[in-house]
Amino acid sequence: MNAPHTLSRWSQPGSSRIPFWAYTDEQLYQRELEKIFYGPHWCYVGLTVEIPNLGDFKLSHVGERQVVMVRDRVAPKDRDSDHGIRVVENRCAHRGVRFCQNPQGNARSFVCPYHQWTYKLNGDLAGLPFKDGVKDGECVNGGMPDGFDLKDHGLTKLRVAVLHGLVFATFSDAVEPLEDYLGPNVLPWLDRIFKGRQLTLLGYNCQRIPGNWKLMMENIKDPYHPGLLHTWFVTFGLWRADQKSRMVMDEHGRHAVMISRRNEGRQNAAVTEGVTSFKADMALHDDRLLDVVPEAWWKVDDPANPGSDITPTVTMITLFPSLIIQQQVNSLSTRHIVPRGQGEFDFVWTHFGFFDDTPEMTRRRLRQANLFGPAGFVSADDGEVIEFSQAGFAQWGESGKTLCELGGTGTEMTEHMVTETLIRSMYAYWKKVMAV
Amino acid sequence: MSLEKLLLQQEVDQLYAAYAAALDEKRFDAWPEFFVEDGRYSLQARENHDRGLPLALMDLESRGMMKDRVYGITQTIYHGPYYTRHVVSPAQVLGVEGDVVKAQANYAVFRTKPAGISEVYNVGRYIDEIVRTPEGLKFRLRLCVYDSEMILNSLIYPV
Repeated sequence: MNAPHTLSRWSQPGSSRIPFWAYTDEQLYQRELEKIFYGPHWCYVGLTVEIPNLGDFKLSHVGERQVVMVRDRVAPKDRDSDHGIRVVENRCAHRGVRFCQNPQGNARSFVCPYHQWTYKLNGDLAGLPFKDGVKDGECVNGGMPDGFDLKDHGLTKLRVAVLHGLVFATFSDAVEPLEDYLGPNVLPWLDRIFKGRQLTLLGYNCQRIPGNWKLMMENIKDPYHPGLLHTWFVTFGLWRADQKSRMVMDEHGRHAVMISRRNEGRQNAAVTEGVTSFKADMALHDDRLLDVVPEAWWKVDDPANPGSDITPTVTMITLFPSLIIQQQVNSLSTRHIVPRGQGEFDFVWTHFGFFDDTPEMTRRRLRQANLFGPAGFVSADDGEVIEFSQAGFAQWGESGKTLCELGGTGTEMTEHMVTETLIRSMYAYWKKVMAV
Repeated sequence: MSLEKLLLQQEVDQLYAAYAAALDEKRFDAWPEFFVEDGRYSLQARENHDRGLPLALMDLESRGMMKDRVYGITQTIYHGPYYTRHVVSPAQVLGVEGDVVKAQANYAVFRTKPAGISEVYNVGRYIDEIVRTPEGLKFRLRLCVYDSEMILNSLIYPV
């Protein structure tokens, strides 16, 4: 639909008018895979708690490439420096077969079913049948050529970084270390949730959303919509335009944290007047659905104001390109974006709690999970509007563009939520990476 | 099969048919009434169920929570319109323990949007605990374990 020459045309300087072709062009999407997902970026793969034992593995994705996350043996001398988590591509070095078909399990080694090439958990090729040929009397038939070395034919091994139980991987040799990649503005918000804590895995919810993958990142960088689209947020004060809020990002503008604090009171007329999703009379039949209990870890030293503390009730963290981490009151999850072409992505929610949670807190987290996910009181509408966004882009073509100018056209951090600055910032970075 | 068993089979199948009809006809207010007051409705991915992971897609622990879901369906959750069609297998009545009937059935629910083709919305198995009340049989538990690995964008209506 869009000829390549149009890709350098933005109707305005800056990044506040995003062209529709950024979401609909197939060639551009292929370049995104190369430059972003397979380029110098760290992509989320999973949680270490998903593979607790030696040999435990789980399939995941980096971009469209399927990978295996596995817990490998670690020599005693390396225990301080090696977390033992390996990520290898699920593609046999021989004939390209996706050798692993079980979504998760435990393995001593990986064996390709086609010709039984066998790999160690770290991806090294351990052996293959008939490497040295087959004896027939005096002569030897076949076999691999002279100079064939097992060392040259392992699986594709990704670089792996583990931060507080979150596993990231990259195909790139060039990307900076993970902590530098995330940057000092974002790290304290990951520390707040994860540092020093043992997680428990509560389970998964998976959905396939017919929209461009960036729309999901935008959705969680967009503090404008939650108090408007989501009745539950505005009516119960979980997210509303008058709340004490902060928009944080890394120096490149690619990662972000939306931080906010729940209102105690029910209504502030200035932000609910005319908002049709606000239901003044709405009350729950069973208020256990919103049985919020504050947790000690919510309160931290304020990274931006040394000497004072801050107690957010919600932090929504977007780590470019493919991970969202949610704390919304007592509900905690990672959400992994797996792109499937320019017009579709899979969205994998992994809900977790903490090892020292009481049974009551575990139940509370599970109960609040009713708000989130593909059927959630809140997030089901996000998938729906993403589908309708993509449909709108597709019907117009190359001259169409979105308008993201709430709070101006700049890309600065703010101490309020009446802004689309985080979306503009992501596209400023994206423009640079994609050279469009 | 004894007459008593035949009658129970008939009753459970009728319950299943009435439940499916209420949802397909969008009589959502009737849906919580298929449960006892502290009944539970849980819709869970097979992966979580098989691995003993407690997370469910929808997990409603009382008729009150189900009413809150109905309010969400009809008033608060923005979604494109569609209708559903349930196809439910005959019940497999597993046994009667005290006053609880244990039964299960396979289900397929199709979704059709305006001007759209019919799609498979959700496929799985009902695992039920049913009790007899003055108003007839009601669910104490309806656990829907779905095979569908991917929800087609969103799931708004219960299955």
